[in-house]
Amino acid sequence: MRALILALLLAFTALPAAAETAAEIVAKNAAQIEKPSRQTIGPVIDALAASGDAQAAAVLEAWGDKRLGLRKADGAFFIVEKTADGWALTALDGSDAGTAAKGDITELKPNAGVRGLIATALVQFTLSDPDRVKRVAALESIAKDPKAEALAPLVASVAGEDDPGLKAQKERLVGLLTIRFGADAAARVAAIEGFGSDLGLDLRGALNPLVAKTRLAFAGEPPAGVNLAGDLKVGRDLTEAEAYELLVAANLAPARLTVAAAREALVANLKDGAVGGVPLADLGTQAARDRAYTALEAAGVVPPAATDAEVAEAVAQHRFAESYAEPDPAVTAAAEAALKRIGTKVGAMQGADLALDALSLASIYFLAAIGLAITFGVMRVINMAHGEFIMMGAYTGYVVQQWITNYTLSIVVALPLAFAVTFAAGVAMERLVIRHLYKRPLETLLATFGISIALQQLAKNIFGTQARPLTSPAWLDGALVFNDVVSISYIRIAIFVLALLFLMFFLWLMKRTRLGLEVRAVTQNPSMAASMGIDPDRINMLTFGIGSGIAGIAGVAIGLFAKVTSELGSDYIVQSFMTVVVGGVGNIWGTLAGAVLIGTLQKGIEWFNPSNTLAAQTYMILFIILFIQFRPRGIIALKGRAAGD
Amino acid sequence: MNKFKGMMLAGAVALSGGAAMAEEDTIKVGVLHSLSGTMAISETTLKDTVLMMIDEQNKKGGLLGKKLEAVVVDPASDWPLFAEKARELLTVDKVSVMFGCWTSVSRKSVLPVVEELNGLLFYPVQYEGEESSKNVFYTGAAPNQQAIPAVDYYLNELGVQKFALLGTDYVYPRTTNNILESYLISKGIPKEDIFVNYTPFGHSDWSKIVSDVVALGADGKKVGVISTINGDANVGFYKELAAAGVTADKLPVVAFSVGEEELAGLDTTNLVGHLAAWNYFQSADAPVNAEFIKTWHAFIGDDKRTTNDPMEATYIGFQMWVQAVEKAGSTEVDAVRDAMYGQEVPNLTGGTAKMLPNHHLTKPVLIGEIQADGQFDIISQTEPVAGDAWTDFLPESAVLESDWPGLGCGMYNKDTKTCVQLKSNY
Amino acid sequence: MSRTFLAKNPSVLTFLLILAIFTLGVTILSEAYGVAFVSTSFVKTLGKTLCLCLVALAMDLVWGYAGILSLGHMAFFAIGGYMLGMWLMYARTEEIVVAALAQGVLPATAEEIRQGIATQIFGVVGASEFPAIWVFAHSFWMQLALVVLVPGVLAAVFGWLAFRSRVTGVYLSILTQAMTLALALYLFQNDSGLRGNNGLSGLQNLPGLDGVSQDRLSVWFLWASAAALGLGYALVAWVVSGKFGSVIRAIRDDEQRVRFLGYSVEGYKLFVFTLTAVIAAIAGALYYPQAGIINPAELAPIASIYLAVWVAIGGRGRLYGAVIGAAFVSVVSSWFTGGRVPDVPLGVYTVQWVDWWSVVLGLSFVLVTLFAPKGIGGLFDLWQGVKSPDRKGAALGPDDGALMEREAQE
Repeated sequence: MRALILALLLAFTALPAAAETAAEIVAKNAAQIEKPSRQTIGPVIDALAASGDAQAAAVLEAWGDKRLGLRKADGAFFIVEKTADGWALTALDGSDAGTAAKGDITELKPNAGVRGLIATALVQFTLSDPDRVKRVAALESIAKDPKAEALAPLVASVAGEDDPGLKAQKERLVGLLTIRFGADAAARVAAIEGFGSDLGLDLRGALNPLVAKTRLAFAGEPPAGVNLAGDLKVGRDLTEAEAYELLVAANLAPARLTVAAAREALVANLKDGAVGGVPLADLGTQAARDRAYTALEAAGVVPPAATDAEVAEAVAQHRFAESYAEPDPAVTAAAEAALKRIGTKVGAMQGADLALDALSLASIYFLAAIGLAITFGVMRVINMAHGEFIMMGAYTGYVVQQWITNYTLSIVVALPLAFAVTFAAGVAMERLVIRHLYKRPLETLLATFGISIALQQLAKNIFGTQARPLTSPAWLDGALVFNDVVSISYIRIAIFVLALLFLMFFLWLMKRTRLGLEVRAVTQNPSMAASMGIDPDRINMLTFGIGSGIAGIAGVAIGLFAKVTSELGSDYIVQSFMTVVVGGVGNIWGTLAGAVLIGTLQKGIEWFNPSNTLAAQTYMILFIILFIQFRPRGIIALKGRAAGD
Repeated sequence: MNKFKGMMLAGAVALSGGAAMAEEDTIKVGVLHSLSGTMAISETTLKDTVLMMIDEQNKKGGLLGKKLEAVVVDPASDWPLFAEKARELLTVDKVSVMFGCWTSVSRKSVLPVVEELNGLLFYPVQYEGEESSKNVFYTGAAPNQQAIPAVDYYLNELGVQKFALLGTDYVYPRTTNNILESYLISKGIPKEDIFVNYTPFGHSDWSKIVSDVVALGADGKKVGVISTINGDANVGFYKELAAAGVTADKLPVVAFSVGEEELAGLDTTNLVGHLAAWNYFQSADAPVNAEFIKTWHAFIGDDKRTTNDPMEATYIGFQMWVQAVEKAGSTEVDAVRDAMYGQEVPNLTGGTAKMLPNHHLTKPVLIGEIQADGQFDIISQTEPVAGDAWTDFLPESAVLESDWPGLGCGMYNKDTKTCVQLKSNY
Repeated sequence: MSRTFLAKNPSVLTFLLILAIFTLGVTILSEAYGVAFVSTSFVKTLGKTLCLCLVALAMDLVWGYAGILSLGHMAFFAIGGYMLGMWLMYARTEEIVVAALAQGVLPATAEEIRQGIATQIFGVVGASEFPAIWVFAHSFWMQLALVVLVPGVLAAVFGWLAFRSRVTGVYLSILTQAMTLALALYLFQNDSGLRGNNGLSGLQNLPGLDGVSQDRLSVWFLWASAAALGLGYALVAWVVSGKFGSVIRAIRDDEQRVRFLGYSVEGYKLFVFTLTAVIAAIAGALYYPQAGIINPAELAPIASIYLAVWVAIGGRGRLYGAVIGAAFVSVVSSWFTGGRVPDVPLGVYTVQWVDWWSVVLGLSFVLVTLFAPKGIGGLFDLWQGVKSPDRKGAALGPDDGALMEREAQE
């Protein structure tokens, strides 16, 4: 298409392409270049690329990088570079053109579509460019926007490529382009088979368009030159209504009468307060309207509407089939076979990806709930302000980043600081409030809820209601990519590792330390523990502080992967409680099992119903409600005396 | 029990006493924006904008020789409270005009009250359309002033062939996506190539959805994302996009609810090139915009505070109201409404906004690319587009038209030539 | 409700009397029927407050008397509102659609009317078909029955499952909270059939009563709410006054012992849970036409927690306590968040109540729980000279019921 436009353009303007310099072409198409549109700018870019001017590539490159400017005074174009007080100008022929003040230049900002065209045009200059970065950009441009014209230069550049990574990439691209644009069927089939059951998205992107199917209807023999994929059977592959619509679309049958059309026909034929002999006042039912229409039909005033029997007959008289977009049967057969091979593997990989997602979600829930596993699971204190401790941790991370701009260092500082802040808050809360309510668990719920709304509002008053940035260090950017299907972001891996660390910390604390021993003693039997010389007050205070402190650290992690707002905590509080309850109170393995169950379940439901994440959450909670009915003590229930009651 | 009753009476006295003591020499302007709760995040800024505009107007000598007085109430992101506060503003404070609401549901809550009491509400946020009330002026964008041009940009400029419509599950994304779906189908995009997903407010676990969207590219078509994701959820979404290495080159995202203010919660270096469609960007190069930003920074006392599209809509609405009051010579609602039609106010991005008979504005549509500094590079600006109350791309709405001065009806069926309803059916 | 019941419970009569005086007083002061001293919006606030008092009464019965801290009763309240709201929306839209279609040339078919209503109601959420749950929406009486039936059945099924598995205490609280969260999330979906996040709106305009101004309607609703509250109060008072009341209080204090005595604890709890759900639903059905709009945010877990807080502040285990708590906290809250309370300048910082009210409210929960577990109702004890046993002094042991210092000295 573009070639055609170019040819036309050349024919009309009859410009001797090679004789013009880049500067001249730009000047001639000034209006277009100033406000380019992807649909019309093609010829200009092609003309620049084909001009043969040594500066053309530089001009195109500058344009694509938004470095082309327009001097307001005289409408001249320059390659511009920002300086301290304005612009440094370079004329399009490469010569220095002095400077300009800030307000004198309009920067040209071609949109991404135009930039894509420019990049495609630049490919021929940069495929063998000595600069590796430019070669990578060229390959990216081809991969993004595969064009038949790119195949020949690409093949030519493979031999000269000395970078092994890029060479492999080029060879892969050659294969992909051959599948699409290869000269003969044999080469294309060979290229398809050469990929085996590769998982790359680009390969599927090359294969799928070949086997894209369209439905068609015909009487008798299929039309010539159509690569049929198979017959469609009415009733099995498509409904009668769909089949009839195909016939209507192919002009093989008249359109069916709609209710609205029938109504209009009746209105049009209203005479003396009656239509077809049926009085107007009676036309309030569909049956009467049908009667009136039939009467009109009989009178020959309106076209006859197809009856159900006629529709069935028309459908029966025609064949319905699907055809491939690609006309060559050998290629489509190879493509279908390859896709089938890949499909099985992709399915398995998607399962793996889902499992990773579920694991990641589970670790996030676990992290949010682990502090609660201490305060609620071990101490049986319902702390509704647990979510706000998570929030405090996240805000601590944010505040630290305001002071320490090195992200890595700031996280290193923020983690212990968040622990310290929330530990202090937890201890204060335990001393001031919870201590007085140990015998009234339901009232603890209310009091801590009061603290929760007070803390939330305080956070709003201090930090405002806008979400605050908490940026992860650069080494946590990006994702661990196994292949085009399975990948997981590093930040999620970090959360997973953090969750594991906390699990081990918890086990060590409870099972291996004096404090843990005392904590267990105090929770099981405070009077006995007190008689053994353990100070229950001190133990309760410390335990609660540690639980809160862990929530603070979890807050930093959650803030890194999601957002920091005053409502951050309340998003997690119900889920956290359910994680602990489902898993079984008082047992860290139970909390872990609860988190895994909830995470897997949510991802599983999302997989069944990918277009509605809300439904997944609803069904997950419903499941938990039912689950608790049948295992009221959770997955891992404490037995014997430890179970209390 | 006596205490309880005494409390009630005291409350009643406080409320009605306030009305009795109202001074008559000011014009009261009601501000109905949430200052607490989930929506405070966005709406507080608009409250400040109205206060700033009132301040500026009073510096110019007020209106009709009277000073303007703001009556600020807090509906606290609680939708029934919006109706209650609107009633209070109209009956107890007797305000001449109200500026307020952000979410569609809050507007729908206020509608019956302003229609019953014949109040005047200026609604400054881009919304899903399908509404035209006699008592509301919509100064934000209708879908054809934001969504449709953005999709045209995708189709024409980026050559997108396959669409992922991601939205938060509420009425604005739902309706917008419905309109877009039928628009895309009318443009020849098959239904299978439109992927729709809804997530709850504040959603944070985006990995699955992002990988689903990336997988859409498997059939070799160019994929584009149209995001009507609201508020905080965007933070997690963009973080996940960045982590998955989704660059704007491979998979562009155009957002209708992400402006300068939302980007403040993000590190934008990984998001450069993703898009947003609005009628205003802070980076718009116009003298009137520079002036507005300067006034705003002075008023709020913070040079870093951004300006955004709903602020411009508030600005236009306020200026128009002032002009209409001056033209009508009174603040009486019917007179002001009649004077509103055809009022023109300069847009902050250049050009003028004009009030149409359907209570919507003409506005240019801007498409911006996110920059590393959290601002937008404007890469496309259309001529002013007339706001359409009833979309042309849904069969039920295509036959409807709104023309208050001409037809005296906000929901007029062009086929049957009848007025479907005079008061809104919320 | 024999004479002995009233004789035994003089507080019921006092309450009904005060309620009647209050209603009469507001009517006389209202814009529609009196001296226009109280604005219509305040009459609506008062009417809504009465409904909140009624649901608080239900909460008091289930928590204060039966000891079940349900954090899901606002879900029943909202469902009641939804059920009535469906009819209100349907009937009002029907009027509009019939009027619009009557202007057409052909008389409208039933199908066209139904289609028109569906498009009007669901157009806003991008649908034009009636979901199955709207099947009875055309009938006022059916929807009225559903106001009671849907929450009743839901509560009965949920309660049966939960009590049967002996889920008690904080576990039950969390489970009820999960229930309301699940319902809220479900209703937030656009496809739930109840207009998603937008909910049902315009409920204050009653179908067929276009000529009646909101000034008058608000007073009518106040009367209805007061009547419901009065009836509810008498009913709950009657329930808790007899042997039944003794049993549920016993369950609250020690469930195991009651079970050992041969009572069907589950049955009692289930009955109370379901009854209170129904009362809550009726309160909701009266509340939302006054509020004008109902949407899923009303079911958010926090709403039910607030309900518990009202009862706690008012004083649980006594019916008037619940009523006072609900009225007091909700009215004071709306006063403070209304932006009409003067700011408090502290020199360096100005306290704006809009920003700080939540903090004060939150901290006051803590203070009430810690220092006044009887809530505002405790003031009446002071006034009447009722004192709890004097067990001052620190406990000598960490267990419940441990000997107190002072007791040990005696």
